Amino acid sequence: MKVDPVETDLSINPGLVEDILVRFIRNEITRAGFRRAVMGLSGGIDSTVVAYLAARALGPENVLCLTMPYKTSSDETRRDSQTVIAALGVQTLDAPITSQIDAYFAALPGASRMRLANKCARERMTILYDQSAAFEALVLGTSNKTELLLGYGTQFGDMASAINPIGDLYKTQLRQLATHLGVPAQILNKAPSGDLWVGQTDEDELGLTYAEVDRLLVLLVDRRWQPVQLIRAGFDAEFVERVLRMIRRNQYKRRLPVIAKLTHRTMDRDFRYPRDWGT
Amino acid sequence: MTTTVHKAEQPLAAAQPQAQPERTELRVALAQIAPALGDRQRNLAKHLEQIEAAKRERADLVVFPELSLTGYFLRDMVPEVALNRASLEIAQLVEAASPMALVAGFVEEAGGHQFYNAAFYAEAGRLLHVHRKVYLPTYGLFEEQRYFSSGKRFQAFHAARFGRVGLLICEDLWHVSAATIMQAEEVDVLICIINSPARGVDGPKIRTAETYELLARTFSQLLGAMVIVVNRVGFEDGLCFFGNSMVVGSDGRIVAEAPQFDECLTIVGCDLDELRRQRLITPLGRDEQLLLTIEELQRIKRRRYES
Repeated sequence: MKVDPVETDLSINPGLVEDILVRFIRNEITRAGFRRAVMGLSGGIDSTVVAYLAARALGPENVLCLTMPYKTSSDETRRDSQTVIAALGVQTLDAPITSQIDAYFAALPGASRMRLANKCARERMTILYDQSAAFEALVLGTSNKTELLLGYGTQFGDMASAINPIGDLYKTQLRQLATHLGVPAQILNKAPSGDLWVGQTDEDELGLTYAEVDRLLVLLVDRRWQPVQLIRAGFDAEFVERVLRMIRRNQYKRRLPVIAKLTHRTMDRDFRYPRDWGT
Repeated sequence: MTTTVHKAEQPLAAAQPQAQPERTELRVALAQIAPALGDRQRNLAKHLEQIEAAKRERADLVVFPELSLTGYFLRDMVPEVALNRASLEIAQLVEAASPMALVAGFVEEAGGHQFYNAAFYAEAGRLLHVHRKVYLPTYGLFEEQRYFSSGKRFQAFHAARFGRVGLLICEDLWHVSAATIMQAEEVDVLICIINSPARGVDGPKIRTAETYELLARTFSQLLGAMVIVVNRVGFEDGLCFFGNSMVVGSDGRIVAEAPQFDECLTIVGCDLDELRRQRLITPLGRDEQLLLTIEELQRIKRRRYES
């Protein structure tokens, strides 16, 4: 049976989304007794969007954007971060991570690229949390829905934060929001990259394009299509299987550590209080 | 918190066939607040403030959202914030509002230590009615059946100024059984208090807000009754409650709508005479075949549950 092309409209109303997310940031920060936020700024589209939202929510003077380059970070990364900082007038701190990362790996020759990438991500996390204490701020997360589903992030690294305003937006949707927010074209148009080695791009590393995977994810996750229906509708079977495996395999990253249950009330299971308890 | 005042169109002066109340305008105050999660004292203070403001605006009725005294995403806090009908806090609110009528939401602890997502209606200093939410959503982000027992009745009551009043809570409005029973109860005014989080951001309006508008207007059309919907605002664990509280006239048209996202006390002037005119124009209640419905439901009951 030939199925008509599947309608996979990922469009959002960016004005409405901005309104909700700006209020969300302001509400979550202030209800916890803070008025400031700290975040890592890479000059990529995700952290740039979060910086724009945070500046609007809290005022630029209450947002600290950290640049944390490693020696292989590209000039483009540095330049784009500076463009965002200048455009928004946020507070800024440059905290390069090369010396501590290299000192650690000096005694460990032959560490894989993956280990280096994860170590860098976790190093940045510790700096963000340290600065959050110094700046009396909460850490803003910058992981989008596509990354969270595919597990394309470092647990306790870039996936760590107090508040994540963009975790329910696919990469494709972030682009729409970025355009609406007035993010500079140079950032909008460059290929998404973790910038951990020269020429790295997300899409090469993942072996897929955000456009195609977002189309699949929105049907699979949001509209609850079954894999067999997706394949019948024209999606490549191998691609569907691969994405499903990635989602399943990385579930652990999206959860707190599992606790062995012994009593009637266990923190991760039946000690069920809202995160916003008492605020 | 702002106050906005809406005034419905004044009715044409017409000869009335029977004695009417002195005023035909009913002033409804929609108290679209952001309750503090699990903090009854703060919420009580907020209620008292809004009641005072509604009184200053000469409101006849002030309506708060679902679980207005406690907040929504309570989870294990449910037993910690529960009240019973004789609780001092409820008595304090009822007295503060008097003689104005008042609707507010609370967690009710009843006999056998069962907990209900409940709402009360009070007027002239008396608690007239408590509705326990019948349909407890337990899907997607909702988990109400884990914490609450479900109400067993959809029962209307008589209120001095408004005629027959029906009281529903949130998910109740998604079920045709509520519409059928409220119509059989011959309600004139249907009040539905809700806690609806925003979902669906691809259109000009939040998708859940669109759905509530559709439901409220449909109930109004089917019942020929005025429908008052009050939603909350604010955030809980990332859920954004969108507001957009509204009054729908008995003709299915939106009389007034409160703002999206912001706390606001919205005063709406409603024309009680409109109800009579609507029922003359479209007498659906008169034509409703209640006995047929009952008999058909009995037949279906035998087929589905007794065979």
